[in-house]
Amino acid sequence: MRNVLAIAGKDLRSYFTSPIAYVVLTGFLLLAGWFFFNLLAQFNQLLMAYMSFRNPEVLDSMNLNEWVIAPLLHNLAVVLVILVPMITMRSFSEEKKSGTYELLMTSPITVGEIVAGKFLGGFAFIFVMVLLTAIYPAILMVFGDPEVGIALSGLLGLFLLGSSFVAVGIFTSSLTDNQIIAAVSCLVTLLLLYIISWPAQSAGDILGPLLRYLSLTEHFNELVKGVIDTRDIVYFLSVIALALFLTLRSVESMRWR
Amino acid sequence: MIEVENLTKRYGDLVAVRDISFAADKGQILGFLGPNGAGKTTTMRIITGFLPATSGTVRVAGFDIFDQAQEVRRRIGYLPENPPLYNDMTVWSYLSFVGRIKGIPRTELPEATERAIEQCALQEVVHRVLGHLSKGFRQRVGLAQALIHNPSVLILDEPTIGLDPRQIIDIRGLIRDLSGERTVILSTHILPEVAQLCDKVVIINQGRIAVEESIETLTAELSLEEVFLKYISSDQPMAAAEESEGAPA
Repeated sequence: MRNVLAIAGKDLRSYFTSPIAYVVLTGFLLLAGWFFFNLLAQFNQLLMAYMSFRNPEVLDSMNLNEWVIAPLLHNLAVVLVILVPMITMRSFSEEKKSGTYELLMTSPITVGEIVAGKFLGGFAFIFVMVLLTAIYPAILMVFGDPEVGIALSGLLGLFLLGSSFVAVGIFTSSLTDNQIIAAVSCLVTLLLLYIISWPAQSAGDILGPLLRYLSLTEHFNELVKGVIDTRDIVYFLSVIALALFLTLRSVESMRWR
Repeated sequence: MIEVENLTKRYGDLVAVRDISFAADKGQILGFLGPNGAGKTTTMRIITGFLPATSGTVRVAGFDIFDQAQEVRRRIGYLPENPPLYNDMTVWSYLSFVGRIKGIPRTELPEATERAIEQCALQEVVHRVLGHLSKGFRQRVGLAQALIHNPSVLILDEPTIGLDPRQIIDIRGLIRDLSGERTVILSTHILPEVAQLCDKVVIINQGRIAVEESIETLTAELSLEEVFLKYISSDQPMAAAEESEGAPA
């Protein structure tokens, strides 16, 4: 465990001693703020419109959770699809390129500890990112009355989603010493997982549900709606476990080539 | 201390190292010579456990590098050809990190870091960022990294390459001071360095051991340059040119 923390700490520190963390966090929060502002402005405008129409049914059905927080989380998920590969691409690739991989691999630590440490470092970074976006639901809570439970469930979803992205990113990074290849293959994998359920409607009785199950969006959507189902949690945990297992194999395989 | 037995390494069809055997005793400095591409780095990477061998074994301090890899790694300090540095870390935080993953207990870590800094004369750059250091300092940090956990075996891959003459003399002095109880394997292209530092010489050519002999026996009749050329002369005219480059100091 000590070795895991040493590597996680080293990776996390390197995000913050280089400009990477600040650029990523600033960009992320800038986009999040812009989404939030626009969603809220739109919500207000609609509210005004329906009020002047004196349409109480529609007014009753409008709430901050569905009209502001949920779309905000979905937008942020797409931003994460693009940003996480940029964060994780260094993970193994940079070590391989700069020769520090030799230091790690000749130290008395196991491959499992290296992989766990790398994941934990990225995981902590994503945790900070998601935590910072909690400010938007918090603002709504001060000036309105959204459902806290649903907002928290959505944040949990964003957090699980981001963690799965990190695991996938670390895996693609372990395959190559080229950061661009690592980032692009991670981005493509994540996008594919994100949109894999698109043909589900017309894909038939067997393939349809399967595609839906594989899709990140479907599981994320449930959590954003406030439904915390073990199936969805298990899905994200299995994505993480599978990606880390493949990473372990890809790192170990070097020893047998 | 280090026993290499019938080691072979293939990369696909290419045989990098072919059935080599040699040994280094405790306290010895072993000079590992050979033209570029002879298999020096591959052999060192196998001894440090970075690469697996295709066949054959290596034992370090009696531990097998395949079955007891962690025990071996605890006892080896390794300076690869390019020092493995994280350019965004300071000297102090880097050495502390290396100390941690090398298994130094938390309470002894500051002391060990301090000692490595002192041994390699890094006091004036302790809080500098590694990416901003000169080549000489980077090499010394690499050396500090290799010996922070006080290993009984040091594997140094061309530790003086690219340094200016003064730095070369410094590093050589350092290696001599460090040897003492330790076993050192030193790969280099600079023959006078071998003559000054090493007790024993292994010359490797095209993946095979050309000679394994103590330095006195080897240089009894011929100079080390002549010995080297004799054993690698079957090919590689390049090697001769390279040696004359490294001749001064």
